[in-house]
Amino acid sequence: CETCKQQLGTRTVTMIPGDGIGPEISAAVMKIFDAAKAPIQWEEKNVTAIKGPGGNWIIPPEAKDSMDKNKIGLKGPLSTPIAAGHPSMNLLLRKTFDLYANVRPCVSLEGYKTPYTDVDLVTIRENTEGEYSGIEHVIVDGVVQSIKLITEEASKRVAEFAFEYARNNQRSTVTAVHKANIMRMSDGLFLRKCREVAETFKDIKFTEMYLDTVCLNMVQDPTQFDVLVMPNLYGDILSDLCAGLIGGLGVTPSGNIGTNGVAIFESVHGTAPDIAGKDLANPTALLLSAVMMLRHMGFSQYAMNIETACFDTIRDRKVLTKDLGGNSKCSEFTQEICERVKDM
Amino acid sequence: PQCAKPDGVFHVTMIPGDGVGPELMRAVKEVFKAADVPVEFDEFHLSEVQNLISEEKLEEVLSSMKSTRVAIKEIGKIHTPMAFKGDLASYEMTLSRRKLDLFANVVHISSLPGYKTRHNNLDLVIIREQTEGEYSSLEHESVSGVIECMKIITREKSRRIAKFAFDFATKKGRSKVTAVHKANIMKLGDGLFLQSCKEVAELYPMIKFETMIIDNCCMQLVQNPYQFDVLVMPNLYGNIIDNLAAGLVGGAGVVPGESYSSDYAVFETGARHPFAQAMGRNIANPTAMLLTSANMLRHLNLEYHSNMISEAVKRVIKLGKVFKKKKKKKKNTKIQVLAALQLLR
Repeated sequence: CETCKQQLGTRTVTMIPGDGIGPEISAAVMKIFDAAKAPIQWEEKNVTAIKGPGGNWIIPPEAKDSMDKNKIGLKGPLSTPIAAGHPSMNLLLRKTFDLYANVRPCVSLEGYKTPYTDVDLVTIRENTEGEYSGIEHVIVDGVVQSIKLITEEASKRVAEFAFEYARNNQRSTVTAVHKANIMRMSDGLFLRKCREVAETFKDIKFTEMYLDTVCLNMVQDPTQFDVLVMPNLYGDILSDLCAGLIGGLGVTPSGNIGTNGVAIFESVHGTAPDIAGKDLANPTALLLSAVMMLRHMGFSQYAMNIETACFDTIRDRKVLTKDLGGNSKCSEFTQEICERVKDM
Repeated sequence: PQCAKPDGVFHVTMIPGDGVGPELMRAVKEVFKAADVPVEFDEFHLSEVQNLISEEKLEEVLSSMKSTRVAIKEIGKIHTPMAFKGDLASYEMTLSRRKLDLFANVVHISSLPGYKTRHNNLDLVIIREQTEGEYSSLEHESVSGVIECMKIITREKSRRIAKFAFDFATKKGRSKVTAVHKANIMKLGDGLFLQSCKEVAELYPMIKFETMIIDNCCMQLVQNPYQFDVLVMPNLYGNIIDNLAAGLVGGAGVVPGESYSSDYAVFETGARHPFAQAMGRNIANPTAMLLTSANMLRHLNLEYHSNMISEAVKRVIKLGKVFKKKKKKKKNTKIQVLAALQLLR
């Protein structure tokens, strides 16, 4: 809407196309944004890790400066070559920008049938500590100790984000997922912090549930869940489980929230090297992540238009990419969405 | 392996537990009686609620088990575990892990004919290492506000569970074993588990071996569970997958399970979930318990009785005499059991 544009102006977003099908789906998204006349300018950057002055791996300073300036980023899939020697790119980005919360809304797509209908939930995962601290030791040969770290600070931070997200997105319940019956101190601390934060958000309902109960119930009746907040590993597992309910990583959006107002939205599927460059890729995941991004930035009308165009295209089932059960090319699918969004 | 006793009766240790436990055990006894099963139960009431647990009691259970070698039990806890501040390990874990070394937990995920879910005709087995991993109860506060929790993985136990899984697959004529892990992140810990599985797999060329990362595995289970056969994994992932898979075939009330050590076998429900039954305490479903009792009979080589009971249970489900959630517990447990008994006669 024009008022949004006038009030917020055109924003520049750092675009990281990624590898494999990354470039083509990024191009698709940019084309659709163009058709929707969204007030976004793209600054393309490459984040392949390089060795920094201290000898450790960093992302190129150019890319970092761009993100620090723009604050908002959209990212395609990145591959981590096994022999490259550097750590996972996603891990590097996470550390560089202190991306502490991973948010994945999972909504059933009309037109893309799965055994589960009416899924509408959000998983919020603490993304900096927990089981992914990377702290492991070989105690003696054949005995390994991995350390899971839970801190008051990180738990509080992600809990606060979860409740704020619930409030800003008109969600009614936040459920903390944990295993405090077994990991009494660590998950116990996480749970305690969630309870404390819940006290300051009286307008949002707060419940707690064991991870195994959540899994058991999720596959039987996912409609009972709204917003879920949890430590790292459980979040990793549950967010993928929920993605499976609605159709997989090819249709699931994702956003990473960092400190200092930084947020990077991304598609979480792989680079699909086997179909790269063949105009076969499905840009839905990246597109929906870009929609999430627009909402985060306050451009809700544009977000709604693009999202509706995308959902309508999928619901009509006339122009769909192969993974969605159709026969169309990526460019045809993109074109269809562009047409629809122009009409709005 | 159990040898027949002089009076031709097998002795089995029974631990009813709290909550719905006693109810379910009664169901098992009634069904066994109707089916003329040559099993006698040595009962022990260990109750955390009534504070009936002590070292002596545990020793009594252990000596019973030393002679029977087989047990049937139900947790059925109804209290909130959060109330425990001191002892990090419940009696459950002490008994099964430390005293009996029940290292392998096996959960049978089989669809029940007539009980429709979103994924029908499933037949999976989940094998979980349950003595180490994330449940080592080793936690401490290193600095104020920072808690460290240790996860321990050893080559010995990883090999042991892998070997168990492959032996199980071989014995039951299964064709594939999938190891579930997160070795891309926990490179040393889960890496060791994975490596151990690979080494053991080489000794079983007739069984296909695959690996899958836990988060992908969860996603695959809800999208296409038919690609799996036997799955083996460390402790925490086992807990997650057990419950997820149980949900696929209908929930905690219909899934049987058992735990093995090199000397003992303990039969129980599959999704050992303190609150699965408690939440719907008015719908105690004896299916899982009856199916596991049938599995126990098979373990004792009482094939005939085992089949009779499992067929009766399945027929009851098929005929639609399943629980409605709103009715009262006693009534419905009885209805189901009586229906099964009728079919046995």
